[in-house]
Amino acid sequence: MEAAVATHEHGADHAHADAHTHEHVHHTSFIRHYIFSTDHKTIAKQFFGSALFFLLVGGAFALLIRWQLAYPGEPIPVIGKWLPDSLVSNGAIQPGFYTQLVTMHATIMIFFVIIPIAAGSFANFCIPLMIGTDDMAMPYVNMISFWLVPVAALTVLAGFFVDGGTAGGGWTNYPPLSATGTGHTLWVVAIFMVGFSSILGGMNYVATVLNKRAKGMRMFDLPLTVWALFITAVLQVLGTPVLAADASLLFLDQVFHSSIFLPENLLISTGNLHSGGGQPILWQHLFWFYSHPAVYIMIVPIMGVVSDVLATFSRKPIYGYKAMVFALMAIAFLGFIVWGHHMFISGMSPLLGTTFMLSTIVIAVPSSIKVFNWLGTVWRGNIYFTTPMLNALGFIGTFTIGGISGIFMAVGPIDVYITDTYFIVAHIHYVLFGGSLFGIFAGIYYWYPKMFGKMYNETLGKWHFVLTFITFNLCFFPMHMLGVGGHMRRIHDPYIYDFLKPFQPMNEFITIFAILLGFSQLLLIANILWCLKYGKVAPRNPWKANTLEWAAPAHPGHGNFDRDIIVYRGPYEYSSPESKKDYLPQWIKPATKTSEKEHEAIAHEG
Amino acid sequence: MSALTLTHEPVTGIRHGKLGMWIFLASEVMFFSGFFTAFIILRNSNLAAFAKGATELSWPLAALNTVVLIGSSLTMAMAILSLENGKKQRFQLFMFITFLCACTFLVVKYIEYTTKFHHGIYPSTSTFFAMYFIMTGFHGIHVLGGMIPIGWMLSRSFSKKGYTDYGRVEILGLYWHFVDLVWIFLFPVLYLIF
Repeated sequence: MEAAVATHEHGADHAHADAHTHEHVHHTSFIRHYIFSTDHKTIAKQFFGSALFFLLVGGAFALLIRWQLAYPGEPIPVIGKWLPDSLVSNGAIQPGFYTQLVTMHATIMIFFVIIPIAAGSFANFCIPLMIGTDDMAMPYVNMISFWLVPVAALTVLAGFFVDGGTAGGGWTNYPPLSATGTGHTLWVVAIFMVGFSSILGGMNYVATVLNKRAKGMRMFDLPLTVWALFITAVLQVLGTPVLAADASLLFLDQVFHSSIFLPENLLISTGNLHSGGGQPILWQHLFWFYSHPAVYIMIVPIMGVVSDVLATFSRKPIYGYKAMVFALMAIAFLGFIVWGHHMFISGMSPLLGTTFMLSTIVIAVPSSIKVFNWLGTVWRGNIYFTTPMLNALGFIGTFTIGGISGIFMAVGPIDVYITDTYFIVAHIHYVLFGGSLFGIFAGIYYWYPKMFGKMYNETLGKWHFVLTFITFNLCFFPMHMLGVGGHMRRIHDPYIYDFLKPFQPMNEFITIFAILLGFSQLLLIANILWCLKYGKVAPRNPWKANTLEWAAPAHPGHGNFDRDIIVYRGPYEYSSPESKKDYLPQWIKPATKTSEKEHEAIAHEG
Repeated sequence: MSALTLTHEPVTGIRHGKLGMWIFLASEVMFFSGFFTAFIILRNSNLAAFAKGATELSWPLAALNTVVLIGSSLTMAMAILSLENGKKQRFQLFMFITFLCACTFLVVKYIEYTTKFHHGIYPSTSTFFAMYFIMTGFHGIHVLGGMIPIGWMLSRSFSKKGYTDYGRVEILGLYWHFVDLVWIFLFPVLYLIF
């Protein structure tokens, strides 16, 4: 990293010399510097790299699933002949392998892509920089929090090589199905590990935000990204342990043959060692008590990122800052009392179902506050259509569609009809891909200059957005129609049912665009890798943004900042009448001659 | 970076580790809540099996363990107080007693477990014993986890430099009291409800 810092700071003013020497003071061994690093930026990059890798793995699984639905029984192109006979017959996907693919696609995308990149990479990178401090409150804990993730990923993927294959019960892994098989045990162990990673990360973020804010920074001076990550961290700390307890209980059932989730008189082909007397629905309650908040762990940080991107590129203050903060808190709180809406068809009492239905629909209120405030932020702004801005705008559109289809699922009587169909698949992908992932793309492009000290390629970035946006909608929108038509999800060959046969052309259409969507992501990878080496050197504040991370050097070294940070104002003073420029950063002293000069200097230095 | 005064931390006035520990303990409360929830749900559907299971546990041994663990919480508090007042030898004494109590607790636990195995009682026997083994098992792991830093601080205090980081002992104390508190819930729930 020293070498990189040295080139970036070439020709910079003397203020950088300080940071430069500092780099050398902290010279550490290769292993401590790049592998077991405690520096929050390195950890953020590690999370980022591993998440991008697993994005490709999870995406490849999705394409295999799509291949099977469009052309059931036909050999998988290219790789089909390489796969073992336990997974494929004559190159075509077998039912068992299909359910494993479905399970692994979701497990990897949720636990190894979206959560690590949103609550791992962005949180680690943004929190210390945006609150103007040198590192996390507990750097060692932070390091452990990352290294649990690859270990967990290897554990769960090892399932492909054990007898009976990897977990195949869907990512929710309901018992009794999930109470047998080594693959399921490995899945449970991996979930426990990522859960622990998530808790350690979360407690670090909470402690850092509370304890390490720069001088003068009140809680209501925090950028919305930090607020969102802070609230997410609270969800991680309080929600994840319940999943850990749940996973431990399932582990006991699997390995020690207890019957916590296994009912009386259950026959298992592997021989019945179980006493019975357990409650299968108990797993679902505990699982969703975590996994509904987990949905917000995946979307809330992204809401924060999008708020910052929209304000910066609209050159306007965020519309209703405090309303945005309280809406985030309301979403997080409500997230804990709505888990039952995943279980309307579990035989739940209709009265209980109604309470869950009402609390779920109430979430539409804070969500709408956010969407309207985003629109209010963009409204009559001086909009710059950069790649992050395009992705943020794409987020608003697709997230709104996903939110509205969520209302369908929230209403019990409708949910009973469309649950476990492709309608829910469309919904989850509109909020998780259309929502989280577009927001993640926005964040990646927005902070790329600060993360790697280089500018990404704007043309390539725009192509990536346009192709992703078009193929995404053509891929996932038709799934709503499949779902209403009764096409169930997680089905190996839908065409064994006559009424689903007419859907084959639509499935083929979806698959074609899924493949295009998958390959469009190579543009993102290419952009990131190419510009790492050949990108233009980034200036210190390329977006002329207000938040503190842009006060740090273009490619900050250990310790982050090369000047004292005192916060004088909130994060969204764009187009303020107090300044001649259209932005007024948090760290600039209130209008005096010297502060104008410093403002000028920071705007232009590298 | 010594020329810079970036932060004026800790902002809350509570040191990072202590704040982190409080947050971690909040997380731990949720972790054990998951088990207690499962216990309540399973008990309500297996009242007879749970009542029978509880009679098969040895409440005198558990009562002994309760006294031992509460005692260790007291000595832990005394150890913190001694170090705060700079009384090194008293600190060593109280830390040693705490460590000893933890060992005693685990030995008694071991006796309880082996007796159960001896009688052919395993997690697969009934849902009551499944809950018993997992709840006391995780609590035992927490006791073991606490013994590591207790032993480390104790051994460091015998080194030339001694051990003076009173704040860290206090953080460990928070954890130790929590482990004690969990047991105070486990004892009546598992052993005393027939």
